Amino acid sequence: MRVEREKLVLIGNGMAGVGTIEQILKLGGAYDITIFGSEPHPNYNRIMLSYVLEGSKSIEDIILNDRQWYEDNHITLHTGTTVVRIDEDTRQVIADNGLSVSYDKVIIATGSNSFILPVPGSTKEGVVGFRDIADCDAMLAAAQQYRTAAVIGGGLLGLEAAKGLVNLGMDVTVVHLLEDLMERQLDHTASSMLQAELKRQGVKFAMGKQTVELTGEERVNGLRFSDGTELQADFVVMAVGIKPNTQLAKDSGITVNRGIVVNDYLQTSMENVYSVGECTEHRGTCYGLVAPLFEQGMVLAKHLVGASTQPYEGSVVATKLKISGVDVFSAGEFTETAEHTVISAKDEWKRTYKKILLKDNIIVGAVLFGDVTESASLQKLVKQGSEMTDEIYNEVMGTGCCGGGGAKQGLSVETMADEEIVCGCNGVTKKAIVDAVTENGFTTVDEIKACTGATRSCGGCKPVVEQILQFVLGDSFQESAKAGICSCTTLSRDEIVAEITAKGLKTTKEVMNVLDWKQAEGCSKCRPAVNYYLGMIYPDTHEDEKESRFVNERMSANIQKDGTFTVVPRMYGGVTTPEDLKRIADVSIKYDVKVVKVTGGQRLDLIGVKKEDVPKVWEELDMPSGYAYAKSLRTVKTCVGNQFCRFGTQDSMGVGAMLERKYERLDFPAKFKMAVNGCPRNCAESCTKDIGIVGNDGGWEVFIGGNGGIKPRIADAFCKVKTDEELVEVCSAVMQYYRETGNYLERTSEWVERMGLENIQRVIMDNAENRKELAARIDFALAQVSDPWKKMLDDDNTRSALFEKANL
Amino acid sequence: MESTKLKYTLGTPQQFLPQIGRVVACGPVELAIFRTSDDQFYAVENRSPHPKGGPLAEGIVSGYYLYDPLYDWKIDLRNGEVQAPDKGIVATFPVTVDGDNVNVIL
Repeated sequence: MRVEREKLVLIGNGMAGVGTIEQILKLGGAYDITIFGSEPHPNYNRIMLSYVLEGSKSIEDIILNDRQWYEDNHITLHTGTTVVRIDEDTRQVIADNGLSVSYDKVIIATGSNSFILPVPGSTKEGVVGFRDIADCDAMLAAAQQYRTAAVIGGGLLGLEAAKGLVNLGMDVTVVHLLEDLMERQLDHTASSMLQAELKRQGVKFAMGKQTVELTGEERVNGLRFSDGTELQADFVVMAVGIKPNTQLAKDSGITVNRGIVVNDYLQTSMENVYSVGECTEHRGTCYGLVAPLFEQGMVLAKHLVGASTQPYEGSVVATKLKISGVDVFSAGEFTETAEHTVISAKDEWKRTYKKILLKDNIIVGAVLFGDVTESASLQKLVKQGSEMTDEIYNEVMGTGCCGGGGAKQGLSVETMADEEIVCGCNGVTKKAIVDAVTENGFTTVDEIKACTGATRSCGGCKPVVEQILQFVLGDSFQESAKAGICSCTTLSRDEIVAEITAKGLKTTKEVMNVLDWKQAEGCSKCRPAVNYYLGMIYPDTHEDEKESRFVNERMSANIQKDGTFTVVPRMYGGVTTPEDLKRIADVSIKYDVKVVKVTGGQRLDLIGVKKEDVPKVWEELDMPSGYAYAKSLRTVKTCVGNQFCRFGTQDSMGVGAMLERKYERLDFPAKFKMAVNGCPRNCAESCTKDIGIVGNDGGWEVFIGGNGGIKPRIADAFCKVKTDEELVEVCSAVMQYYRETGNYLERTSEWVERMGLENIQRVIMDNAENRKELAARIDFALAQVSDPWKKMLDDDNTRSALFEKANL
Repeated sequence: MESTKLKYTLGTPQQFLPQIGRVVACGPVELAIFRTSDDQFYAVENRSPHPKGGPLAEGIVSGYYLYDPLYDWKIDLRNGEVQAPDKGIVATFPVTVDGDNVNVIL
């Protein structure tokens, strides 16, 4: 017979509430759980909204618990449902849609709302807060349509919103009541440095301005200040603060001050009803940052499962601004008074600032700007109320020149209590990380991230997680840092290539067998790499292993998240014909292609082709593969050049198409992009290509190692040549040298940095014989390749195995 | 209650290339069939246990493990278990080979 479980109802499906439930589940709490959320989404990481706005993360990325999680834990979830009352007499929670659920225990975690200034015009269209996904969507939409924005409030959230809107291309002014930004976290010095840095990044400021009215008709068009001045704005974000969301508690007769009043065990004035998070007021304080919420949640979870726990006695608040390129940190007290002893260091050249406040030699607060590497140690020292010692001083002020890193790291993490929260965003304790490392044998922060969630959100705790990892692993940490190309081997790329040549190894299986791989058939990292090295070493005899190719290269098409593929035919030099376009259009219609997109490489991408249709699309297009899926030459981007352009000095379209035809289909360590320009105006953007070529009246200038991707890098000037023949020889030599020395997946931008530009110039430019040999070797390799789509169409067996779907 | 199990014949062993998955739809269930390098056959549901989903058939096979093609999760083909640090499970179905027929039971 099953014992009836106690019913626990959580009101509020946000980080604080769900964090508490996660803790309860971890502690083995046996409750029958129901969760109500007003928003239509599962629980997401609210503090990551800034990244969504910035564009570096999608909403999907910031979902913490997907619906599966609720199912797996047998939790009943009601999204889009707002609870209106708790009825103490009947012990029921009543929602706006009439649903009522009986309870034994209730947790209120309704969070907070944006505080909207009570000024005339604040309800106009185009005025939003910055609190939830809906606000974020409104901001993203506004940036598409409008140009100028005002953000009222120069605090943490306001600045993150402002930077986000600047990134979205808006002209943004931050309006702040006081003269200092983030005055509740920073002192005057740090605040001025922050303002200067944000100005450099394009944010404008209107300081010391009190907004008295939002002007406009239905839609806002500007702000009026108390000094009579005005500011034009098509869009206004209110980020002046948050207001605990206490309506439900009030309506249910629970004691509410600014927030819902709780004792040290998070109990409200109503029996069996608890409150955590931003809606809560504890000892007169409402917290608006994430770390305290988890600390409250831990205490409450332990209390609810009947485990022994220290009472919650309030949190030391630490802040970190989530704007890329701006590092600000503060913890505890930050404004000095007569009773503080101040340690400070300001470096105007490096633009860093560090201040530590002591009271009776106890560390009570710290502010960092520019360099926040000591933030984790300082936060801990402040929290523990540590006494300042010579040792700590040397550590945090960076003056100790001896003693070495080992001792320093030991100091921070060794003394850390097991229960201390390392990752405030996800509530991960030191013990959870240590256990993850010891039980699973992890050696990297990424593994810890995937398992525990630590560092998954703002990433601010990464240095501490690294230190813990180092502390737990001891000497083996060093060893794992010097590991081989993947966890299957300790051999480096160069060692593997040398062994292949020396021992005449012919297949990945042979390589892995002879070189004593830990996993006999390798992994998804080393198999494609070894297959590439074999093909590079034996261009004529290596039999390419389809089973060792990553999906896109195996299928000669790019897989999309829904399992459909994209097809990109060649358009040499970005030049096509009406006949080809017509055929592309006909095939796209026939096979119901979802999107036809013009790519950044000057050609067309047919997106959303069903797997079984891919070969038919190839056949009917009857065009060469564009290799958009491959670690190979993608496109040669060209400008119009001297065939038509009045500025053109060289035939960029012609030379571009010639180069694309010459070098297509050959495997490279990573994808390879080129551009050819007819004049120095550089319309085809040579500076971000692996090889960029710029024409001038007397010949060509060649640039290498450019990249426009994750780590943008402007290409280095490599050489100047006079004739097209010389140009081809130089390109051939650079490519072959890269093919022979590059690490698999290493782009030329990284390769040039690793090898050194001068080194590469010496090998290729200063040694004509060597250059010609390299060029001859690439020509030999190029003679072996053929079109993969044709090959697949002629090979019924492989095509059927890869693309067909039998229906039984 | 025991539900009725059905046996489907998927084809001949030669139709499955070593270490390359093949998709077969058996009624409502889409399967990814794998032939490992020692000629064992495995059938899993062709749906990644990753929250974002996606197919499995195009993954890289190493021993009895599959690296999922979209998110690189490592999955044990024998029991469908996702390997640490990721978590999850894929439905697996028994495969038999009798003579020239590869069969799956589901």
